[in-house]
Amino acid sequence: MRIEFTLNGRRRRVDVEPNQLLLNLLRDELGLTGAKYGCGIGVCGACTVLLDGEPVLSCLILAVEVDGKTVETVEGLGEGGGLDPVQEAFIETGAIQCGFCTPGFIMAAKALLKENPEPTEREIREYLKGNLCRCTGYVNIVKAVKLAAERAKHLT
Amino acid sequence: MEINRVNTRIIPFRFEYHSPSSLGEALTILSRYGSEARILAGGTDLLVDMKQRLIEPRHLVDIKRIPELKLLGGDAGGFMIGSAVRLRELERSEAIKGRLPLLHEAISSMGSVQVRNMATLGGNLCRASPSADAAVALLALEAEALIAGPTGTKKVPLEGFFLGPRATLLRPDEILTGVYVPYPPEGAGSAFIKLGRTSLDLAIVNIAVVLKLRGGIVEHCRIAMGAVAPKPLRLRNIESFLSGRGLTPEALEEALGMVEASIKPITDIRATADYRREVSKVLLRDAIKTAVERCGGLGS
Ligand SMILES: Cc1cc2nc3c(=O)[nH]c(=O)nc-3n(C[C@H](O)[C@H](O)[C@H](O)COP(=O)(O)OP(=O)(O)OC[C@H]3O[C@@H](n4cnc5c(N)ncnc54)[C@H](O)[C@@H]3O)c2cc1C
Ligand code: FES
Ligand code: FES
Repeated sequence: MRIEFTLNGRRRRVDVEPNQLLLNLLRDELGLTGAKYGCGIGVCGACTVLLDGEPVLSCLILAVEVDGKTVETVEGLGEGGGLDPVQEAFIETGAIQCGFCTPGFIMAAKALLKENPEPTEREIREYLKGNLCRCTGYVNIVKAVKLAAERAKHLT
Repeated sequence: MEINRVNTRIIPFRFEYHSPSSLGEALTILSRYGSEARILAGGTDLLVDMKQRLIEPRHLVDIKRIPELKLLGGDAGGFMIGSAVRLRELERSEAIKGRLPLLHEAISSMGSVQVRNMATLGGNLCRASPSADAAVALLALEAEALIAGPTGTKKVPLEGFFLGPRATLLRPDEILTGVYVPYPPEGAGSAFIKLGRTSLDLAIVNIAVVLKLRGGIVEHCRIAMGAVAPKPLRLRNIESFLSGRGLTPEALEEALGMVEASIKPITDIRATADYRREVSKVLLRDAIKTAVERCGGLGS
């Protein structure tokens, strides 16, 4: 089936099979390997991407379902080859160890900060509870989101 | 666990995908393919089942582009919620938070923000999981299920909609179009409590209580529980026992004593039947206490 959607700001037209998942379209056909396959059943958040601006799990969405919609992945962040402030904050606070969970966390954190620019620690933990990390213990991830929020506040 | 022995990266079989833009078109497709077809809403239950080959439909009918199923609006008596409305949209609705705080509380407890951005209310009801959180809240609110089929539409009390795990009244050619949720009586208080292994997990036991007191006497009482029987349950015997009584410590104790005989929990990966029996009483006590506080305390 032919679908057309906006991926990281660019119109894309691709042919997909009905049983093809969005995650596999991104990773296997379009070369965007940021979103990861962790569990495949919705519990780890490693495959998180933004669909029309909201975080969703690309392991449980058919590629055909995004026809006409807008998809953003971690590869679309940052301007002019630079990093997004949320990415910078993750690096600076040591919120990344193996990095497998990181793209999912960053996309979820982007959505959180858009909706709630000054989240409390509780709100951060609640919003990110669908993203699992086996390395960091989450403390530095929470710090990273706080740091990104603070910097955004000083910029405006 | 079985899930660890299957490849959940792909859906390992082919099917045809349909995306009707009207209810009529969807019903025609369902009539044509009968039990070969499945409705796809948010997919958070369906696609997980398909990855494990628990079901292998030849046709998927995506209902998310059907405007009739995405309606959301209140009238004088209650709320009409389309079956394809996403949980996140319901969670964000100030009107629902204000008029149906019990439903808001239940939905906010479900899954993660990603899951709520995908999952629909209709999917939670049609999957008919014994632990379905929204189902438990809607039972205590005495919601009605709105069903469309080839011969027309009908309305049935939600309590009769569930037949058992994964089984509802719906025939393969029917669609749940939405639910109608009456407002609880003016001055009632409510509480939804979910006990899970983690805050992301399905319930070990969940409970919804709607309670109204007048002069310290219980005037209106609705209690529903999940994950304690093959389907979400109304605890009618306890409701009628409490109605017309004062909530004295003795009355409450007697009501809690009736819980065991009203439920039929099983042992599964989340908890043992014994644990569920014990904790059901604790949750009932806590939910009643919270509902009473929210309707202004025992003296009201
Ligand atoms: C990580 C994770 C966490 C979860 N947490 C919770 C939780 O906390 N509480 C909870 O209760 N559930 C939870 N769930 C289960 C699931 O997300 C919910 O039951 C959800 O509401 C299902 O909705 P859906 O739109 O995704 O349904 P789908 O998967 O699209 O459909 C479910 C079933 O209903 C049928 N169906 C859907 N809509 C209709 C309709 N309108 N008419 C007729 N049939 C229909 C489908 O054919 C399918 O059989 C969780 C799932 C995951 C993956
Ligand atoms: S891979 Fe999608 S949630 Fe784990
Ligand atoms: S950094 Fe390794 S899983 Fe999070």
